[in-house]
Amino acid sequence: MNHVEKAVDSLRGALGPAFVGVDVFRGQTTVELAAGGLQQAVRHLRDDPGLDFGFLAALTAADRWPAEPRFAVLYQVYSLAHNVFLGLRVRLDGASAEVDSLESIFPAANWHEREVFDLFGITFRGHSDLRRILMPYDWVGHPLRKDQPQGYEEVQFTFNFDEIDRRKPYARE
Amino acid sequence: MGVEQKLGNLGVVTTSLEKVVNWSRTNAMWPMLFGLACCAIEMMAAQAADYDLSRFGMELMRASPRQSDLMIVAGRVSRKMAPVLRRLYDQMPDPKWVISMGDCASCGGVFNNYAIVPGVDEVVPVDVYVAGCPPRPEALIHGILTLHEKVRGEKLRDWA
Amino acid sequence: MGLTQMDITVDELKHLVSDRALQGETMLLNMGPQHPSTHGVLRLLLELDGEVVVNCIPDIGYLHTGIEKNMESKTYTQAIVMTDRMDYLNTMGNVLVYVLAIEKLVDLDVPPRAQSVRVILTELQRIASHLVWLGTHALDLAAMSVFLYCFRERELILDVLEMCSGQRMMTSYFRPGGLWRDVPPEFEPAVRSILELMPGRIDQYEDLLTKNPLWIDRTRRIGVISGPEALRAGMTGPSLRGSGVSWDLRKAQPYSGYEQYEFDVPVGSNGDVYDRYLCRMEEMRQSLRIVEQALRNLPSGPVLSGNRKFVPPPRSELGESMEALIHHFKLWTEGFSAPAASVFVPVESPRGELACYLEGDGGPKPYRVHFRTPSFGNLQALPQLARGHLVADLVGIIGSLDIVLGDVDR
Repeated sequence: MNHVEKAVDSLRGALGPAFVGVDVFRGQTTVELAAGGLQQAVRHLRDDPGLDFGFLAALTAADRWPAEPRFAVLYQVYSLAHNVFLGLRVRLDGASAEVDSLESIFPAANWHEREVFDLFGITFRGHSDLRRILMPYDWVGHPLRKDQPQGYEEVQFTFNFDEIDRRKPYARE
Repeated sequence: MGVEQKLGNLGVVTTSLEKVVNWSRTNAMWPMLFGLACCAIEMMAAQAADYDLSRFGMELMRASPRQSDLMIVAGRVSRKMAPVLRRLYDQMPDPKWVISMGDCASCGGVFNNYAIVPGVDEVVPVDVYVAGCPPRPEALIHGILTLHEKVRGEKLRDWA
Repeated sequence: MGLTQMDITVDELKHLVSDRALQGETMLLNMGPQHPSTHGVLRLLLELDGEVVVNCIPDIGYLHTGIEKNMESKTYTQAIVMTDRMDYLNTMGNVLVYVLAIEKLVDLDVPPRAQSVRVILTELQRIASHLVWLGTHALDLAAMSVFLYCFRERELILDVLEMCSGQRMMTSYFRPGGLWRDVPPEFEPAVRSILELMPGRIDQYEDLLTKNPLWIDRTRRIGVISGPEALRAGMTGPSLRGSGVSWDLRKAQPYSGYEQYEFDVPVGSNGDVYDRYLCRMEEMRQSLRIVEQALRNLPSGPVLSGNRKFVPPPRSELGESMEALIHHFKLWTEGFSAPAASVFVPVESPRGELACYLEGDGGPKPYRVHFRTPSFGNLQALPQLARGHLVADLVGIIGSLDIVLGDVDR
């Protein structure tokens, strides 16, 4: 925990107003940042020899529709030498869902950011190749957003079996 | 029948052309390697030593659709994969059969969402459905033997 | 936003291939989603100069199942079923990471017997996964008999899993608070027989492959990546340890009682396909060591937590106690609720670091579940590993990364 607290204090000093807050839950620390300070914060965490957070473990997002700010982009960085991990969170509005890309700092972020773009529609400024990765190329929409439906089909029970059977598009030879 | 009684000891058998053709089709049906997900591992286990598929004539699985008769769709078919599946089915020469292995290929399985095609029979016509998640190798072998029975009952003009 | 037209024009993808391809000097080849050596539905766009790979662009998403979105519409316990099917060779590990995340989120205790059985089954699953890796990797590099031997051993392990849970692969055996039910009495003799048999069998595989000059020719100095490069590319697990970085989550951030067991973590030195192979073979032996220790010290006691708010009461109590009936009713109709907070729990899967980010919202269904899967990170590094090698070596490199497409696409 000491190293994490040291990292949090160091970030607070380096970022100034971009450091929004910190919360600790079940022993895990998450630092909330403003979108503008993200690259500076991550560079600070990676390059400062006392901190040494050199591995990006996870990059994902969550959608809080209809609450604003809508998106929260979440990062987890590890320090292998000190054996701690630290979470970072950046909140974005639904209307302007853009944040800086971390690809220049951690090349491992490449596919993770493409996946977040594909499933949520958050664009990453400065990404070398932002296109869909998991969904088909011509898919419309971003599936993991909360306003997109699950997309399920009705379950066939005995009472509606024939009706659904008639509508189901069976393949021909 | 009279001919057989007279020539019985010479090792001659009379039958109809249909039966011979169907017998040869069932005993040397080569499956195409179409393992997609978890069911593929059980298909590989069925091919391996403990539950041997070679004793049913399926000595090897051909990767090329042009050289195979049977497509065992093993695993969940996503919407991105469905056109690929149809294209591979079209590339297989007649006569061809499809076994839909597992719950995801038969009806969408555990998943009921935007990304999975609920039942591969929306993409290709299926002959035998094998249930299970994943079906045991013995269940797959039962499905294959059911298909063999179906093939034995086919007429020549089905594939003519 | 996003691509909405049917056809993708060449202009949009020009930046992916080099200029030589556009002028026709190099050949663009599609190693399609259906291919015997891609270990699943992976599509690779290869740019070849003769037989030498100039660039290789992976195209994934052919097995995308929408598990994360689907889990948001099911309660926490119902969603366990979906986690099994992500990385289908490490089913116990997937359920373990999800259940550990739930337990951390709601602060639920797990009795020690359940933790030991979890460790035993997860390590057996690791051995089974490495056996499939070895079988298919060797099959790709034309050592076909190893495939049959590995699957024969795997049947023994699957028999143990079936004995505990009734299912060979998608067991869903771990539940929040412990296990589904206690292990049957045949469990211990069966695991002991595996412990006696496996070291000899692993020796057989090593006899066939490790000093085999053909194997060494096909795997030495192929797909080399250095430790710092691998870390930058996001690789974890044996693929990272083969390059000399000793990072194993079982030692670094122990979970489920791993700190009590003594085992080594094998680390390679050259970062090529051969070193990754040696790492995984040694990991199988170390897993046997862990299983032996866990089995020897298996504590007795309950296998489910006593916290009735999250764990259903045994059926025998339902006829006697009113609270048990109410708890049962609430758990079966609505499910337990988790606080509106988030946790991030990493475990060591046979492929690398598997982590679950779980966010609750105070209700009975998970608000956001994200799985950081190891094969996704490892596959990113494939273009870097494959550049400059022949197409035949590419097959060996993909095999050595041990990717499972269910893991990559979720």
